[in-house]
Amino acid sequence: MQTGAAAPETAAPDTAGLTKAQLRRMRRFDNPWRNPKLITGVSILLGIIALGLLGRLFWDMDLVFTGSGMPRQAPVGIENIRGQVGTLAHPLGTDVSGKDILALLIVGAPNSLYVGVLASVIGMSLGIFLGFTAGFVGGRTDDVIRVSSDVMITIPPLLILVVFQAAYGDITLTMMAMLIACFVWQSPTRLIRAQVLSMRESGYVQMARLSGASTGHIMFREMLPNLVPYLFGSFIANVTTSIVTAVGLEVLGLGPQRVPTLGRVIYDAINSGALIQNMWWWWGIPTILLALMFVGLLLINLGLDEVSNPRLRRL
Amino acid sequence: MGRIPVSYLINRLITFMLTVFIAATLIWIIPRLSPVDPVDVMLGRMAAGGGSIENSDAILTQLRQSFGLDQPMIVQYLLYLKNTLTFDFGLSTASFPTPVASLIGNALPWTLGLMFISLIVTFIIGNLLGALMVWENTPKIWKVAIPSAMVFTAIPPLLSGLLLMYVFATQLRWFPLTGAYGLNVEPGWDWDFIVSVLHHGFLPALSIVIVTFGFWALGMRGLMITVQGEDYSVLAKAKGLRPRYILYRYMIRNAILPQVTAFALQIGGLVAGQVLVERIFAYPGMGKLLYDAILDQDFPVIQGVSFVIILMTALAVFLVDLIYPLIDPRIRHEM
Repeated sequence: MQTGAAAPETAAPDTAGLTKAQLRRMRRFDNPWRNPKLITGVSILLGIIALGLLGRLFWDMDLVFTGSGMPRQAPVGIENIRGQVGTLAHPLGTDVSGKDILALLIVGAPNSLYVGVLASVIGMSLGIFLGFTAGFVGGRTDDVIRVSSDVMITIPPLLILVVFQAAYGDITLTMMAMLIACFVWQSPTRLIRAQVLSMRESGYVQMARLSGASTGHIMFREMLPNLVPYLFGSFIANVTTSIVTAVGLEVLGLGPQRVPTLGRVIYDAINSGALIQNMWWWWGIPTILLALMFVGLLLINLGLDEVSNPRLRRL
Repeated sequence: MGRIPVSYLINRLITFMLTVFIAATLIWIIPRLSPVDPVDVMLGRMAAGGGSIENSDAILTQLRQSFGLDQPMIVQYLLYLKNTLTFDFGLSTASFPTPVASLIGNALPWTLGLMFISLIVTFIIGNLLGALMVWENTPKIWKVAIPSAMVFTAIPPLLSGLLLMYVFATQLRWFPLTGAYGLNVEPGWDWDFIVSVLHHGFLPALSIVIVTFGFWALGMRGLMITVQGEDYSVLAKAKGLRPRYILYRYMIRNAILPQVTAFALQIGGLVAGQVLVERIFAYPGMGKLLYDAILDQDFPVIQGVSFVIILMTALAVFLVDLIYPLIDPRIRHEM
């Protein structure tokens, strides 16, 4: 019994000789959720969300309409091609029809995130359901789910959506998100199916089964918590895919026609020759905002990778 | 080289054919679920677009025929399948009466060329950088530089294309803004034309490479970490082989094979990305054709281009599935 009594003592770290800063570092490394990539990524995204939320309070949203300002204004302090210096009335300038770029960003950025998150949530729920079903039920059901996810993963969503839009005309943001969701359930399905298959035989699941737990209990109380980092990772990757698809549609001139979106702003800018007229603020600022959004999502994903795969942490 | 099991072959073939079949069916069924008659919508928009509609009767008949509105549904569907699988997509309504197939035939070589080159370059660069991230003899500066460059991975090629276009085409004027070759050269197999094509293709290719190499680098990093811990790597080191020799012959060679399968997951995104890159650079491939068709409400072209691109993607995935067991003998045991 002596060894048993000694064990808790050795397990507790000897903290006597350490400074406060060292302790803090130790705690940080103990908690994989607090790695710098994840924190940076989350901060970038929170920043963009804050722009969308606070912007509505401090900026006039009616400026997204045509003719709300002088056309072709440069951002504040910068001269445009006609020698007019931008003013604080339109801090990020205006486009060719006088729409305020700042107002477009404040409305457009949350719209992009909304489509991404909604599509991903729907896709994810489908994926969790199908993945668990395939892994657990097996047999014919598994075959059907596996083959259909193999098939759907090959078809680029953009092209089917282009056909859809060309036939239907205008579309709402929610509708677009739901359409994109039809193409982002495959990778979570595959991921969860593979994990469920390997977990099914693992000790703790066998244990739960022996102790008479129901299938639902095993699936959602025993296995699902272990999948959380993977699910988060897959979710973020899907948000990125969904936003990329949505922006792609918008840049092709499809997507919602009545709601300002970042892709729509870029589409208008390219079509009006903003590149040649050197109106960089028109296409450049939404481009950089979108790029930041994607970088933030990537950092979150890399950070989550470190949570679920400890081997990456030392790098 | 051993033989690939027949059951595996059949399995992959069925998946491939199902993909093509489902894509074709979706493209057929979507316009039919629409609450409005697509032909009316299109004619309305064409008229609203201000263009005078020449041959409008002929176009109308052709459109109705291509939608097959004068026959029972099942006949329409089977006819459509037969036509699509023989690459007969009807006639373009915007440049009536050019067959859609010939428009696609003109655009396809540009798209394939651009895709092939950027794919090879990005595969080599990405895997090499991914390996260098893990290799212990990599200079410190690279270990910092490579992960920083990976930030670009997040950005779709459309956005990187816009930024590169701005810097190198409108500001520095090192590369042309749009098109696939200069207006002053005749298409043909002569030196001037090839130089012009390379000059025009550089920025579109770069905008794809710069944002896709990170995908391969990330995958390679994970695989290299595994390979690094394998016994044969340790043995090679203990034998005193040169580090560079170990890197290329022992580590990369083993880590690169599973990367080939990543093509299957990546290719759909790549194709969609390239469509958009072609659109902003006005590169005369499938992407520009699709964009022009959307502008002109040219529905047969939209259908045809979408189908051909999906077919290409499915074919690429199928080929990777076929080649993979041939180049990686380890996988054959698992099948």
